[in-house]
Amino acid sequence: MANLIYLKDVVTLSLDEGKCTGCGMCLVVCPQEVLVRQNGKVWIGNRDACMECGACMRNCPFGAITVEAGVGCAAAVINTALGREGSCRCILERDEEKTGERLPLAGPGPGACY
Amino acid sequence: MLQTAVGPVPEVTSTLSWRDLWGHFLARWGVGRMHFTVDPGIYALGRPGQDSPVLVTANYKMSFDRLRASLPGKNAWILVLDTKGINVWCAAGKGTFGTRNLVHSIESMRLKELVSHRLIILPQLGAPGVAAHLVSKSTGFKVIYGPIKAEDLPAFLDGHFHATPEMRKKTFTTWERAVLIPVEFVTALKWTLIVAPVFFLLGGMGGPEGFWATAMDSGLFAVYALFTALAAGVIFTPLFLPWLPGRAFTLKGMCMGILCAGCLALYRGWRIEGWPDSLEILGWFFLVPALAGYFAMNFTGASTYTSLSGVRKEMKWAVPAEIGAGITGLVLWLGSRLLA
Ligand code: SF4
Ligand code: SF4
Repeated sequence: MANLIYLKDVVTLSLDEGKCTGCGMCLVVCPQEVLVRQNGKVWIGNRDACMECGACMRNCPFGAITVEAGVGCAAAVINTALGREGSCRCILERDEEKTGERLPLAGPGPGACY
Repeated sequence: MLQTAVGPVPEVTSTLSWRDLWGHFLARWGVGRMHFTVDPGIYALGRPGQDSPVLVTANYKMSFDRLRASLPGKNAWILVLDTKGINVWCAAGKGTFGTRNLVHSIESMRLKELVSHRLIILPQLGAPGVAAHLVSKSTGFKVIYGPIKAEDLPAFLDGHFHATPEMRKKTFTTWERAVLIPVEFVTALKWTLIVAPVFFLLGGMGGPEGFWATAMDSGLFAVYALFTALAAGVIFTPLFLPWLPGRAFTLKGMCMGILCAGCLALYRGWRIEGWPDSLEILGWFFLVPALAGYFAMNFTGASTYTSLSGVRKEMKWAVPAEIGAGITGLVLWLGSRLLA
């Protein structure tokens, strides 16, 4: 079955071709096959499939990718809007490693990963 | 305990006991989930030596168990990071399965003395939290991203750390959606169990046949309808997700809700006579989709392909639509009770 695709034309992903060296790290970490490489050049081939997980941005050694990373979780958006904190379910939290950026803590989540 | 250069290391096997499996089952239902952990640290799987691979995971027991269960007959070190009992992907999103935590663990566990090579294997879904190049820079260990699923690890290890494109792509199969249903169901059930008695009692209002007779009719039907909405939102929508119309989860849930309201109307068919009964069933044609849409919207958090920007966009229309349909349905239903 083909990949499931969420809403179109909303994703905040962008690639700075001037900074990109074509190292391919982003291709390795992306779980949605968003980025593609042909003849040594990398570009965003499947933008609408991007889930804004931020793996590519975090692992690009040359800072060529930017994306407003977060987890697409309605409960997190609601909890954050209501100012709820500390519960076990989803909350958008401040990331420990990068200040000023909001990253979520998802709850049960898809447990398929190891 | 295995005696090593860095002291005794706890040994684990790749066999899961009945107790492990029972724990997984309970966790799937949300029971004891927040305390389903293993101690962070290093573990020996099989008889690992200086050249054995190092695999990193989270201290959510399900993550740890899946990892060891996928490697029968293999020798490996398992490095468990303290993610407060959250699975790899979610912890990576939060940053606890992150660069700093990993660097700290590599150093405090004295990994350099334990193994002679300088490679560590991380699950690919840990990548949102870990900057591989920064880990190499500060520890000398090169991060290799393994496959998404633990089941693919043996092939990955035997194939000189090569992951096929299939191993790198996150799927969302019917089974993968199905296992998420119990915990969603339990969460939604709590609300339904609070609301259902209220509807049952309100359902007894009006009508010529006396309170309890009416409650056993309209009130009981209301309870059926609420549970139908619950099933539509947290069971049927996830199961039939790819085949429901639209992209937004709320829309999918509402369509399933309308379908289920239709089934309710058929079931109720023989009883519909006169205005109050028609209003009553019309009310459920608003209430069931409203609830199902809301439950479905919450499933975005468990899905594997929604983006935060997308969810925000969906919620801009979905939340008003759910509230609007909910209020309309409630007014119609209460109106039918008053008219009866
Ligand atoms: S990781 Fe960065 S530099 Fe490497 S190919 Fe991707 S965008 Fe280009
Ligand atoms: S944010 Fe995630 S899904 Fe989107 S391109 Fe980057 S790695 Fe892929």
